[in-house]
Amino acid sequence: MAASPADRKYSKEHEWVLVDGEAATIGITDFAQDQLGDVVYVDLPEPGATVTQFEKMGEIESVKAVSDLFTPASGEVTEVNQKVVEKPELVNSDPHGDGWLIKVKLGDAAELDKLLTAGEYDEFASGQGAG
Amino acid sequence: MSDLQTATLRKTALFDLHERQGGRIVPFAGWAMPVQYRGIVDEHNAVRTGAGVFDVSHMGRLFVAGADAERLLRRAVTYNVAKMREGSGHYALLCNEAGGIIDDPYIYRLDATRFLFVGNASNAERDLELLRALVQPGMDVELLDRQEQTVMLAVQGPAAGGYMARIIGPEVAALPKRACTELPYMQYKLFVSRTGYTGEDGFEIATSPEAGRAIWRQLLAEGVEPCGLGARDTLRLEAALPLWGNDIDETTDPYEAGLGWVVSLDDGADFVGRDALVRLKARGVARKLAHLKAIDRGVIRDHFPVMHDGEAVASVTSGSFSPTLGVSIAMAYLPVALAAEGTELAVDVRGKRVRVVVVPRPFVKSDNKQQTADSKG
Repeated sequence: MAASPADRKYSKEHEWVLVDGEAATIGITDFAQDQLGDVVYVDLPEPGATVTQFEKMGEIESVKAVSDLFTPASGEVTEVNQKVVEKPELVNSDPHGDGWLIKVKLGDAAELDKLLTAGEYDEFASGQGAG
Repeated sequence: MSDLQTATLRKTALFDLHERQGGRIVPFAGWAMPVQYRGIVDEHNAVRTGAGVFDVSHMGRLFVAGADAERLLRRAVTYNVAKMREGSGHYALLCNEAGGIIDDPYIYRLDATRFLFVGNASNAERDLELLRALVQPGMDVELLDRQEQTVMLAVQGPAAGGYMARIIGPEVAALPKRACTELPYMQYKLFVSRTGYTGEDGFEIATSPEAGRAIWRQLLAEGVEPCGLGARDTLRLEAALPLWGNDIDETTDPYEAGLGWVVSLDDGADFVGRDALVRLKARGVARKLAHLKAIDRGVIRDHFPVMHDGEAVASVTSGSFSPTLGVSIAMAYLPVALAAEGTELAVDVRGKRVRVVVVPRPFVKSDNKQQTADSKG
């Protein structure tokens, strides 16, 4: 598996957050999409909803499995990726790019310190491989 | 899976090839089997539009041979094998005395005195025991368990015939639907049938590990998609082929499962479970294995409750997202009053209500003339 992008931070639940000022984009990692297999549905919070770090924010389903989505950062949801809702396979083909899930207005930038760097995450994920 | 996790599992003679090909290995019925290579949807679509190959060596393979082979099988299974022509295959059921389904083998008649009995991996040992117990003193019949010594491949999809013709020979591509034959391949002997478990045209091959590995490699080199158990399951579900252990088992009878056509009550064979099945048929079914297609989004999975008027009326026996239809499909035993086509019900998907409608089988109909909708492999 290629190294995770160094421009963002990662949770042990295999989500990433890319911060740009107060705005943060959230998605799942390449490792997570590979473990899930073909994604067929994503269930995401509505714009305006408040999400809390490490708490469940939605569900993602592949042909074989369902998995809870946990947000790596707290905040108010400002945008949901409609392209992913309509074409969930984007999560497989481009998890760190077009396959992003939601954007939030960051509630507490300090909580990002609880997340992993790309290097730390890749080391963590390599110990979790089931394949 | 780690080496430690697979250590106690049985491995097919192609296991190292699966690992090298990037197959994701999972435990299945005591075997370490690939669930997917490139991805379930890609593999599924390859079989619907081109060709894919599955290692199905975990299936039971029992040769029944001798002057009394036919007599033994007539006692063991619900379908009258005396009706089978040499070089043909037929679906059959092994029932208990109460008419419950112990296994649903595919039986091939090679010639007058030799049959190949292909049962489910999880039932292979039990099938052998049950058949053995039915052998009467003085009967001329031999039971040869060939699960260890041979491999089995399923080459499936509308393009399968072309690949088989090139790699094995044109006579194979000329086999009619559900026919079987034995032929040489290099220095080995191949059993080939035009059957499968995907709803598409296709072939199943049983042979020595060496020949099986060579054919597997050649098929992949020609561009045939290696497929795992994940796609095998979505394909068979779209074709509405039951899976033993999910949709049928000892608590279900052939009539409610829609398999009455495999029960030969009227031609004299006194098979195990016959008396019970006569009674069950006369009584009529109270529930029926129905085919459900989702109207709403959400993936329906095994064991989810089927709801009607706020009450749970059944449990999903097999449920999955259908890659071909783009919605979920499922099977469940519904009370007969709710099993009519067009009836709308709902499935409880972790607290969310997903509407479904009863549809005719199969969910996906192959347009291929060679479709083998009643076969399994």
